[in-house]
Amino acid sequence: MTDAAANSPRIDRLRAGLKKRYAREKRFRAYGLLAIAIAVGFLVLLLGRIVEQGHTAFYAHTVTVPVYMDPARIDRGYPQGTNFEQLVAEQQLARMGVQDDAAGTKATAMRGLFSSELKYLAADRVARQPGLIGQTVTIAAPASDDADLFFKGKVSRDTPADQRRLSDQQIQWLDQMKADGHVSAHFNSGLFTRGDSTEPELAGVLGAVIGSALMLLVTALIAIPLGVGAALYLEEFAPKGKLTDLIEVNINNLAAVPSIIYGLLGLALFINWMHLPRASPLVGGLVLALMALPTIIIATRSSLKAVPPSIREAALAMGASKTQTVFQHTLPLAMPGVMTGAIISMAHALGETAPLLLIGMVSFVPGLPHSLVEPTGALPSLVYIWENASERAFHERTAAAILVLLAFMIVMNAAAILLRRRFERRW
Amino acid sequence: MKFKLFRAPDGSQGGGSAPEAPVISTPVVTHGAGPVGPTKISARDVSVFYGDKQALYDVSLEIPDKTVTALIGPSGCGKSTFLRTMNRMNDTISHCRVTGRIEMDGEDINAKSVDPVLLRARVGMVFQKPNPFPKTIYENVAYGPRIHGLASSKGELDDIVQISLKRAGLWEEVSDRLHSPGTGLSGGQQQRLVIARAIAVEPEVILMDEPCSALDPIATAKIEELIDELRERYCIVIVTHSMAQAARVSQRTAFFHLGRLVETGPTEEIFTNPRERRTLDYITGRFG
Amino acid sequence: MTWLFLPILIAAAVAAFLGGRALARRRSEGQRAHSRPGQHGAYALIWTAVPALIVLIAASVFSPQVERQLMASGAPEAVQQLEHFRREAFYADARAVGAGHQTAQIWPAPYAELLPAEGQRAHRISLMLSLGGIVAAALAALLGALFVFSQIRPGMRARNRVEGWIVGALFACSAVAVLTTIGIVASLVYDSIRFFHSVPITEFLFGTQWSPQTAIRADQIGSSGAFGALPLFTGTFLIMLIAMCVAAPVGLFSAIYLSEYAGPVFRATVKPVLEILAGVPTVVYGFFAALTVGPALRTFFNTIGSWMVGGPLDGLGQYLMLVQNQMALVAGGVMGIMLIPFVSSLSDDIINAVPQSLRDGSYAMGATKSETVKRVLLPAALPGVSGAMLLAMSRAIGETMIVTMAAGLAAKLTLNPLETVTTVTVQIVTLLTGDQEFDSPKTLAAFGLGLTLFLVTLLLNIVAQRIVQTYRQQYD
Repeated sequence: MTDAAANSPRIDRLRAGLKKRYAREKRFRAYGLLAIAIAVGFLVLLLGRIVEQGHTAFYAHTVTVPVYMDPARIDRGYPQGTNFEQLVAEQQLARMGVQDDAAGTKATAMRGLFSSELKYLAADRVARQPGLIGQTVTIAAPASDDADLFFKGKVSRDTPADQRRLSDQQIQWLDQMKADGHVSAHFNSGLFTRGDSTEPELAGVLGAVIGSALMLLVTALIAIPLGVGAALYLEEFAPKGKLTDLIEVNINNLAAVPSIIYGLLGLALFINWMHLPRASPLVGGLVLALMALPTIIIATRSSLKAVPPSIREAALAMGASKTQTVFQHTLPLAMPGVMTGAIISMAHALGETAPLLLIGMVSFVPGLPHSLVEPTGALPSLVYIWENASERAFHERTAAAILVLLAFMIVMNAAAILLRRRFERRW
Repeated sequence: MKFKLFRAPDGSQGGGSAPEAPVISTPVVTHGAGPVGPTKISARDVSVFYGDKQALYDVSLEIPDKTVTALIGPSGCGKSTFLRTMNRMNDTISHCRVTGRIEMDGEDINAKSVDPVLLRARVGMVFQKPNPFPKTIYENVAYGPRIHGLASSKGELDDIVQISLKRAGLWEEVSDRLHSPGTGLSGGQQQRLVIARAIAVEPEVILMDEPCSALDPIATAKIEELIDELRERYCIVIVTHSMAQAARVSQRTAFFHLGRLVETGPTEEIFTNPRERRTLDYITGRFG
Repeated sequence: MTWLFLPILIAAAVAAFLGGRALARRRSEGQRAHSRPGQHGAYALIWTAVPALIVLIAASVFSPQVERQLMASGAPEAVQQLEHFRREAFYADARAVGAGHQTAQIWPAPYAELLPAEGQRAHRISLMLSLGGIVAAALAALLGALFVFSQIRPGMRARNRVEGWIVGALFACSAVAVLTTIGIVASLVYDSIRFFHSVPITEFLFGTQWSPQTAIRADQIGSSGAFGALPLFTGTFLIMLIAMCVAAPVGLFSAIYLSEYAGPVFRATVKPVLEILAGVPTVVYGFFAALTVGPALRTFFNTIGSWMVGGPLDGLGQYLMLVQNQMALVAGGVMGIMLIPFVSSLSDDIINAVPQSLRDGSYAMGATKSETVKRVLLPAALPGVSGAMLLAMSRAIGETMIVTMAAGLAAKLTLNPLETVTTVTVQIVTLLTGDQEFDSPKTLAAFGLGLTLFLVTLLLNIVAQRIVQTYRQQYD
């Protein structure tokens, strides 16, 4: 007890500072939590905004219109040549009791409410059933991008008429169609079954998805064997020396080279020098393969490192050659890790955009790609192209394309995680 | 029961007021030879669990002041675990749970009102491997006084550093290079630096967890000498693997086996005339 | 074209394998062979396929050069006299005509007439080269096969030879990584040198005027176009600085919290979230910056500006009212968010590498967690953390999509985060995605910028990796 007494002024002194120290501790801890909250908050904001902007692209509106297949206007031999949009617009005006002027401006305005797809739908019907000519057919006509946005509530009536793309009259017509119960929303399957188009309501991501898939195929076929081979050499065969060190440093640095530099390399090497076709999946895949290579090498090496030396020694002691040991024992054991690393680097390559822009994937490519050597789009470059498009309807489609891109990345990453969980081995 | 490492002081009990704790009369350890002080730390039925695994079973031990108490026993016997309960270092391990009662000067150190930060300022600790911070020698020793606000001026801090280094027997060797990194010293010097760092906050108890196991024999001899000197001012508890070391530096010895305290008493008695068969087996080298 | 030969080659290789195996069986009947028949077969396969493949690759890599030479040597006088870039464009169109495609541009009188004939010539040349390649490859395969079949006998160490080839192939794989670097350096340097022929390097590095658009016509190379890249460098630096102001504290503090404070459950929840943030493609961040953050910040500043107008800070208010979506703050801020997980995971690794004994030492002195972090862990981890920051800076400098979509095009020499600036990467994309032909000084300027970017990021990476490596070794 005497000690405690002797120490008490010192303890008092210690205690005196405590309150301040704990306040500082609390503050510091709060900074840490705040930092995490910021990071997580931004992720939520980012994804939330994209879902908010993009979810409307997954459905589209159609207007059910009766169409009198006027025999006077339709060429039986070539129904595709008929201006069905004009036909429908005029009939619609007549039904609504609107008198058009001599220049036909009102019919033009009405036509603007329907997608040009209407023409193909109607022509297709007539071509298949020529007997319909002279009868009245009900067609679910897709709304034009502006009309669709209006039905989705994305066009404000309060905006001055000269600043919106729909006139007061068009809005009134749309309101009337809606009031009559002709307007219905449905799943926008075209988004997933079509290629790119200059008209937003006809634009889909399928072309870009196929383009990306072709590109990833090239990337995987080149980068994975090369990467695994290089890792095997460096980890199992390479003599320790200057050259190996150089290769190692080189690979580490390659992994950190900005992706746009790979784009420049691709442009100079594959397009300008080797004259491979611009904007083709082949060139895109080659560039992405060079980019993915260092990542795959690094991942493969670390999973080869994780295989204990005792396995190699056991095989060697059985009289297996070095090559047999590597290919029959080490590599199979390291395979789950190799595949995980490969899938993750493929997912990364899928989202890479900058090099694609430089090899020409910035221009509009309609339709679906057929080959490795023709210009195509890719999902990330489609996002870039759509984001730059002036039509507002492309905004929601951009966000939708992002959602598709993210979905693919999530699937790939989930596959990698599952693979790791399933085959993970602790030595 | 889950411990949080750093509890903010309760609003109710302000900076200066003494924590309420039942004061239990502290029995003076009488048996045995040598200058043995009054009981400084008293442990009753202390058990420690790591998750589901129990590492320590109902240990009760009185540790006298101004004395070196050695905790011996084979590896994994719980001696280090017990040592770490005395300054609540086990709090830093999230799945670790301590039951029983440990009192210092009659005050329960696991009580809610006791702040581990304050407790550790009173109970210093030296680890197996010398762990000087990657700072200068001076900054290493000044670390404790700085964080606890023990020096009000630069001069005072200089004095504390000098006195601590002198007490740790390191002053002669480092006085001319106080501002070179502490990690540049030799192993033995590093360990003495860490001891100087611990005594710079004027603790009442110094816990040493196998302080010489990473050192060569000459450095070990120096540390042992130092421990003997420090005994005059502090209550010292040392965990050691070496029975010879326990015999050389300690006045009292506690023998642990399989998480239980087997026997405790004056060092001489334990080594010459143990009461327990297991102690005899251990000190004669039949196991361990 | 040449690659049409590939299926034939594969078939030949398979045949060589089967033949080699059968031959080895027959020749070693009744004897003890060194290697198994399959290994002889593999050896035969290698000798058939590899020489032919090398020929094919060489043919497809070098035939464009040869083609160019042949085109140039036989070109009509009028074409010979064309200025370099125009001549290249002419050849490109001739090739297009030869392959039955449209020309990229309309050619004036003398050239338009020359095109069909030149196109036919181009077509002949390319056909000849392809055929030549195929014949050479076939010859190589044949010679290889003849050689290997003469070698097969019981005593031949086929296994060792095959393994030698395998190791050689693996070495070639790792050489690709080195070749990539050489390719990057070569292509950047080659085109940059051509660029610096028309624009002096000092003007490029220190000039304050950047307006490449004025040099769009070929007959005014560099003479009136301004290629002073200093505003791009400052713009890049500004955006990087803003990004680091966001990423460094947030990333570091989240790393500290995750490694020192968070419980296992919290850690297991937040880490994947940060990984998602790291996995989001940069084009998505660009979209977010351009359509969400940009307009939001602009509205914010404009509103503040409108409050200030008429008050004592009228000038500032007027200024804030005119702030644009593309201000540096938007791209920099979003880039900072993108870098948070990068900084956080690197710092996390580095803080975790600090030995536990230092934490124990500090706690045993009665230090609180924050004191331990601030006075022991961070000083100990400082070199590693600074290396991580350098890596993050290199990332920020090389990042393209966010700035392309959210920063401006105007090259302004300013460090004001509310101004619109442009960066090196934005200009590379802009210069190369327009509709002009290759080989104009504009496109070459992109390679000059690329070379600068490559050198700066390389330097940052090398320094950072050195620092981190030394740091890790210290605690190993």
